Amino acid sequence: MELHDVWFVLIAVLWIGYFFLEGFDFGIGVLTKLLARDRPEKRVLINTIGPVWDGNEVWLLTAGGATFAAFPEWYATLFSGFYLPLLIILVCLIVRGVAFEYRAKRPEENWQRNWEQAIFWTSLIPAFLWGVAFGNIVRGVKIDARHEYVGDFWDLLNPYALLGGLVTLTLFTFHGAVFAALKTVGDIRERARALATKLGLVAAVAALIFLLWTQVDKGDGWSLFAMLVAVVALVGAIGANSAGREGWSFALSGVTIAAAVAMLFLTLFPDVMPSTLNSDWSLTVTNASSSPYTLKIMTWCAAIAAPLVMAYQAWTYWVFRKRIGTQHIAPDHAAHSAH
Amino acid sequence: MNLALAPETLARWQFGITTVYHFLFVPLTISLAALTAGIQTAWVRTGKEKYLRATKFWGKLFLINIAMGVVTGIVQEFQFGMNWSAYSRFVGDIFGAPLAFEALIAFFFESTFIGLWIFGWDRLPKKIHLACIWMVSIGTILSAYFILAANSWMQHPVGYRINKERGRAELTDFWHVLTQNTALTQFFHTITAAFLVGGAFMVGISAFHLARKRHVAVMRSSLRIGLITLIIAGLGTAISGDLLGKVMFKQQPMKMAAAEALWDGEAPAPFSVFAYGDVEKGHNTVAIEIPGLLSFLANDDFDSYVPGINDVNKAEQEKYGPGDYRPNIPVAYWGFRWMIGFGMTSLAIGMLGLWLTRKKFLLPQALRTGDDEVPNLVLFKNKALSARFTKWYWVVALWTMLFPLIANSWGWIFTEMGRQPWVVYGVLRTRDAVSPGVSQGEVLTSMIVFTTLYAILAVIEVKLLVKYVKAGPPELTEDDLNPPTTIGGHDRDPDRPMAFSY
Repeated sequence: MELHDVWFVLIAVLWIGYFFLEGFDFGIGVLTKLLARDRPEKRVLINTIGPVWDGNEVWLLTAGGATFAAFPEWYATLFSGFYLPLLIILVCLIVRGVAFEYRAKRPEENWQRNWEQAIFWTSLIPAFLWGVAFGNIVRGVKIDARHEYVGDFWDLLNPYALLGGLVTLTLFTFHGAVFAALKTVGDIRERARALATKLGLVAAVAALIFLLWTQVDKGDGWSLFAMLVAVVALVGAIGANSAGREGWSFALSGVTIAAAVAMLFLTLFPDVMPSTLNSDWSLTVTNASSSPYTLKIMTWCAAIAAPLVMAYQAWTYWVFRKRIGTQHIAPDHAAHSAH
Repeated sequence: MNLALAPETLARWQFGITTVYHFLFVPLTISLAALTAGIQTAWVRTGKEKYLRATKFWGKLFLINIAMGVVTGIVQEFQFGMNWSAYSRFVGDIFGAPLAFEALIAFFFESTFIGLWIFGWDRLPKKIHLACIWMVSIGTILSAYFILAANSWMQHPVGYRINKERGRAELTDFWHVLTQNTALTQFFHTITAAFLVGGAFMVGISAFHLARKRHVAVMRSSLRIGLITLIIAGLGTAISGDLLGKVMFKQQPMKMAAAEALWDGEAPAPFSVFAYGDVEKGHNTVAIEIPGLLSFLANDDFDSYVPGINDVNKAEQEKYGPGDYRPNIPVAYWGFRWMIGFGMTSLAIGMLGLWLTRKKFLLPQALRTGDDEVPNLVLFKNKALSARFTKWYWVVALWTMLFPLIANSWGWIFTEMGRQPWVVYGVLRTRDAVSPGVSQGEVLTSMIVFTTLYAILAVIEVKLLVKYVKAGPPELTEDDLNPPTTIGGHDRDPDRPMAFSY
């Protein structure tokens, strides 16, 4: 296995980490409308991810930075090609980050309601668009001999990619509902569990169609295996959730996401971004990668930093392991802290 | 295509706008993280309540600010791929590595430990909670280091070779990229400038409250901390600026000639303090000059020769082929002056402030009505005059908050625009760096979107800051003083509300 193959795997791992972690916090954002009945419940949901969402988001920045360093051609083609969808995602991430931090900073009803709207939409839209983006990467896009994307915005909105978007949206929302059930107490926990079962079934149908489509189109033995893991884990997650085993359910919904993303990357390899115009123009792990020297340095950095990152992030989840409910949210927080 | 709306022009404007905007938050984040950590350390060590109140106050302003710094930073990382894909392809092998290091080593640190710090007041033992804010501070500084190493490579490319076959630059010595003198001096200069921003911020806000005789105990300490920071940082920026200037004279003679609007080489070369009229015309309408100073700044020698714009342009034409290698001269000339002028003014105000608030000028013990007396800055025997001067100093101190920000912004505009027409000096021209596949409409759309969004967020941010500045440091509760932790013991009340929640 050469270093560019190692980095293909590491990039896949970074995306898995990103979708696993930010997947549930996107889901929580969507659930602020689907699950919470009133403002205190919304705040319970938001506070389940309060200490961790920022760290989760860095997985994306790291995936982006690592792609830039390890596969500059891929980074260049992807982000200049998917210009407008990426712009929308960036705007959402900007507004979302500010919304979490600023929502409780003023007591006015209007202020808080606006930021709550923002949290919902800026969680829902990227959760959908990431699926669309990955659908397009796997399916292949119009890339010319210079490795430039020559399609337009509408080319990206094909049925396969849109279905991919539906899969990530429903799967993340399910993942978020399971997380909500795991992290809350009281009435909201019961409702989160009930909603999770329904969301899980919708996600299962969408995911099954999408993954089968992918398998038929591009799959091999390995991808079939990953697909089966994803499907079995999803069924298990729904089952464990119904049985009230929230920890297991969350772990399994995480496995579903990991296996599904792994399957997409398996069907890609050795391409990183196939061209639909001419397969000779596809970006591959060899023609898109950096020099062996750069990859070597990056490998050292990742080998030392990544375990450390996972350790202290895991510790964060341990520190904030306590379940929360409406009783843990101090009323009128903004007014109190402003004095 | 209309040149004013050419994708290259738009992409450059977008980069300039988003970067300068991002950099309004970065220096304040870097310095406030460390200052908040320092004040919290003072609390943990001395147990004095004023330090805890100060920690909570400055910490809150820090959080409002860092939120904007973080979200606008996301755009920076992806902008290279979106608008500058040819650049990314050409230099990704080198430029990508420090960016990836930044994410893996610095961003993760910063963002994970900030969550722990915000929500951890009642979940972590005191000292571990304190360690979290120090981790955030280390993260912000490491992040600055990696991004400045990347930028320094664009100013002065080292440790690379051109791979003709792949049509790109490739890394040959990463250590050299990280430790070249451009990177080290630029880091030193940028970090000290960041603390200039934080020091002035603390001075201004403390002055605001002291002028109204509110929260005196907290604000008096904060004022002194701010003033000391301002002075150390001010001296640091001056020293590092001088070092950086010398490095630049050697590496980018055009930039420094442009900064002086020095058209033809001179020995000795004077430093132009202020040029009246059109600097495009060079020194013929200059109003104030200091003889020999430019020679000294460039070479540590008052009589040495400094090449002018025309000389460097000719030399670069011989080296890189026909073309115009001059940056925008007025921007370089004035940018350089605004940077130094506003930076050094802040330093002067800091020195004046520290002198005025020294022990002798505080109200004598016998005349105090309480421990929380506002320093009166007694300058004269005449009490009315003293009060007037004191009032003026508070106003000046408040305005000083803006000065380092202006200096920082112009510093970046000067350093980036002074490098034009190169994006990587001597290696890649800016016009060859833009995304060839991205349309004018797309860049225009994103520029309008970002500019509008940033303008709205700026209003929101400033209003929030003003609200929390005015509210002042919070009163302490029993839980603040003795935060119950769940580590190593049982929660005394499982339904107790969280110390902090969104």
